[in-house]
Amino acid sequence: MRLFLKLLARNRLALAGAIVLSGVILLVLLTPLLPLSAPNVTNTADRFVRPFSPGHLLGTDHLGRDLLSRLLWGTRLSLAVGFSAALIAATIGAAIGIVAGYFGGRTDNLIMRGVDMLMAFPYILLALAIVAALGPGLMNALIAVAAVNVPFFARNIRGITVGIAHKEFVDAAKLSGMGHTRIILSEILPNVLPVIVIAMSTTVGWMILETAGLSFLGLGSQPPQADLGSMLGEARAALISAPHTSVVPGVMILIIVMSINLLGDGVRDALDPRLRSGALSRPMAATLVDRAEVPEKRTDGILSLDDLETQFHVGDRIFRAVNGVSLSVVPGECLGIIGESGSGKSVTALSVMGLVASPPGVITAGAVRYKGRDLIGMRYPALRRLRGDRIAYIFQDPQATLHPLYRVGDQLAEAIRCHHRISKSEAHDRVLELLKSVRIPNPESRARSFPHEMSGGMRQRVGIAMALANDPDVIIADEPTTALDVTVQAQILSLLDDLRRDRGLAIIFITHDFGVVAQLCDRVAVMYAGRIVEQGPTPEILANPAHPYTKRLIACVPELGGGRRELAAIPGLPPSVDDLPPGCAFAPRCRKKQTSCERGEIALKPQNGRAVRCLYPEWRPS
Amino acid sequence: MGSYILKRLFSAIPVLLGITIIVFAIMALIPGDPATAILGSYATPENVEKLNRDLGLDKPAVARYFIWLGNMLTGDFGQSFALNRPVIDEVLERFNATLVLAGTAFVLCCFLGILAGVISASRQYGFADKAITFVVLLGISIPSFFLGMMMILLFAVNLRWLPVSGMYAIYGGGDLWDLLKHLVMPAAALAVVATGVIARLSRSAMLEVLRQDFIRTARAKGVSERRVIWGHALRAAMVSIIPVLGIQAGFVLSGAVYIEIVFQWPGVGRMLVDAILKRDILLVQGGVVFVAACYVLFNIMVDVAQSLLDPRIKT
Repeated sequence: MRLFLKLLARNRLALAGAIVLSGVILLVLLTPLLPLSAPNVTNTADRFVRPFSPGHLLGTDHLGRDLLSRLLWGTRLSLAVGFSAALIAATIGAAIGIVAGYFGGRTDNLIMRGVDMLMAFPYILLALAIVAALGPGLMNALIAVAAVNVPFFARNIRGITVGIAHKEFVDAAKLSGMGHTRIILSEILPNVLPVIVIAMSTTVGWMILETAGLSFLGLGSQPPQADLGSMLGEARAALISAPHTSVVPGVMILIIVMSINLLGDGVRDALDPRLRSGALSRPMAATLVDRAEVPEKRTDGILSLDDLETQFHVGDRIFRAVNGVSLSVVPGECLGIIGESGSGKSVTALSVMGLVASPPGVITAGAVRYKGRDLIGMRYPALRRLRGDRIAYIFQDPQATLHPLYRVGDQLAEAIRCHHRISKSEAHDRVLELLKSVRIPNPESRARSFPHEMSGGMRQRVGIAMALANDPDVIIADEPTTALDVTVQAQILSLLDDLRRDRGLAIIFITHDFGVVAQLCDRVAVMYAGRIVEQGPTPEILANPAHPYTKRLIACVPELGGGRRELAAIPGLPPSVDDLPPGCAFAPRCRKKQTSCERGEIALKPQNGRAVRCLYPEWRPS
Repeated sequence: MGSYILKRLFSAIPVLLGITIIVFAIMALIPGDPATAILGSYATPENVEKLNRDLGLDKPAVARYFIWLGNMLTGDFGQSFALNRPVIDEVLERFNATLVLAGTAFVLCCFLGILAGVISASRQYGFADKAITFVVLLGISIPSFFLGMMMILLFAVNLRWLPVSGMYAIYGGGDLWDLLKHLVMPAAALAVVATGVIARLSRSAMLEVLRQDFIRTARAKGVSERRVIWGHALRAAMVSIIPVLGIQAGFVLSGAVYIEIVFQWPGVGRMLVDAILKRDILLVQGGVVFVAACYVLFNIMVDVAQSLLDPRIKT
């Protein structure tokens, strides 16, 4: 609750709304005590006195009544009616919603059908019908507005109640022999109350508007009593000759509704956990770059990463997802990057083409060079021309990575057509060719399918076809087989292997599975907590892992028929990259840890085509 | 597709029946005797009884409902006693005018609302976003009838650009240009609130979509940022925007009542308010049922549009 108030106060607009609203409420509460003229005393001699006249601060209306006094009394009435309507609608609506949601089954069905019927009306028709039946009058307008809003509350609260009604604590209460009424009052109601309050705070502004509207139409408060709506309605006749009589109540409605809306938005935002984490911000077209200098080129290869650093800035916390990574691949080579989830391998891959979501991602140092050109500092249009054309990606989980509403053929064609001006029919032919090359049967009909009509393996083939669309030099595959079952996984791997040999592709293959690395990769880099801890040719590393972490990781792979081998999960968790320990990040989980391991930076020492970041490696080249 | 439309039309039948039942039930709440209301309190008991018999009010409620329903199905909505003409004629004529007004406003708010929402989302926290957010907040907080009055003051009275009210000029006019001149202000005033709501929703729907993996895929393909926003992202966001357009159509229709009063627009909303004040119950009843039915049909069209957009919906 304190956190909630703090968040609310931090939202300056919501605070402003709260201050204005409480000011208005205070003013109308004090109205009976203020030295005002009576609101309903007519004085036809003083009709339409302009504002700021002596004795009448806001002037007078068509019957010579003091506008300030009428405004305050009218505001009092409007607020009272609006809040009561909200309260009544919330109470009745919540009661209906809780009953429907709690009992479920037929009761629920029947009630919700009725609610749907009521919601089939444009709200004013229902309100007008009710007022037509009951007759014009403020009380009847209040009833109409409340009734019209009941379905909204009923539906909302029912949704929440259904979720709660099947929770363990409700079952426990039932088993303990509590009656339905007691369960609803003691178990359900306290849990839905916050939702009711939020729904009220977002609708009370509407209700004030709606009652004012009915009064404006002459169907609400009847003269001489006036709320803000009927003040406006009466003033309309003199709109042209005495506009101030319309402006005064109109502006008041605007102020009230606006401050309520600001406050309501603030309440909603403060309660939305996604806003707090910054998860609602949109990623920009390319990752933000904020680096002091461009490191000189140290590695060769068609694609090389030098001392790359990518961080996530969330609030005051800095997550060092990629912390000085250097890698390179040559044409026809497959480089594996392996590590647990959170080790920074995917972020490394996405940083290459500036695809790390930013905010919160920022590339803070290093360079990525493609044929010698630095991609990090490249301007967006040039970077876009390389994306998908020279360097392409294959992502994990093709269910989420293909656009759900475009046919796969169109998605493939687009990949080509945003880099090459070719005709539609040429693109179509090329799409069929691509689908064939990734061994999709019936490419003609498959091109017309939507992603949801395909199996996971087929979708991943489409993903690969998309990466191949422009015959790129480098493909970065980010766990492309993780979401697939084993047989499909083997097919996809052999497909990638063939493509690499046939086309001379350079592949960076990201995975957490040493089995996959062994099948496909020439070299492998092992990442831990944002850094490379070991790197070298795959067969050598598999035979003689040097870093204790690599050794443990290999031990995690089960082997067919090798039932005797120790299958050891690594105890503990990787460290959080916003709070890294000094020295070796793996030390807390390492069996061979010495005090010197935690003392300071440990360099990645190259040796005979391999490299390891460890003071006491498991294996030393002889 | 054809069978899906038919299915949706059939599913509307219970809703339409429900609407007639609700309207009938509300009207049955009317205290006192309609015949007395029509004839006035000085009517003789004989006359009241005769009128009750003529109107079929001596029968039980359930029977009256089915007679009323049967008549409506044959297009007979009864007779308006205040206007002394068939309810359906009056409603159709008035509904036409409302359709022009509300339809224009609806097109306007869909277009502007989505435009503002997308721009706002693609420049999140930038100047355009903040400016749009503020204008939207103002738009959803201002009562449309007050806004309409202020527009009259500014554009019709002070600047004399546009006519004050009505649908056509009384003398001369009557052509499309004349209609457009009369239509600008009420349609704009009517569109403001819905534009704000749609803009807000479009913004959050776009922000939601822009974080999805398939947007990253599009960027990785090298799709231009403009196509990412207005193609990939907006298309996906429309899935959650379209249902709200259907709801907003109801709000536009509702707001039309106020706007028709302010601008003296000869639409169905003004007719209903007049009928309520004159206690012309059959006209209210018929008008409400007719407009509600149109709204239900409109929402079916929205569902169909949704199924055209989203292939994942089973048709």
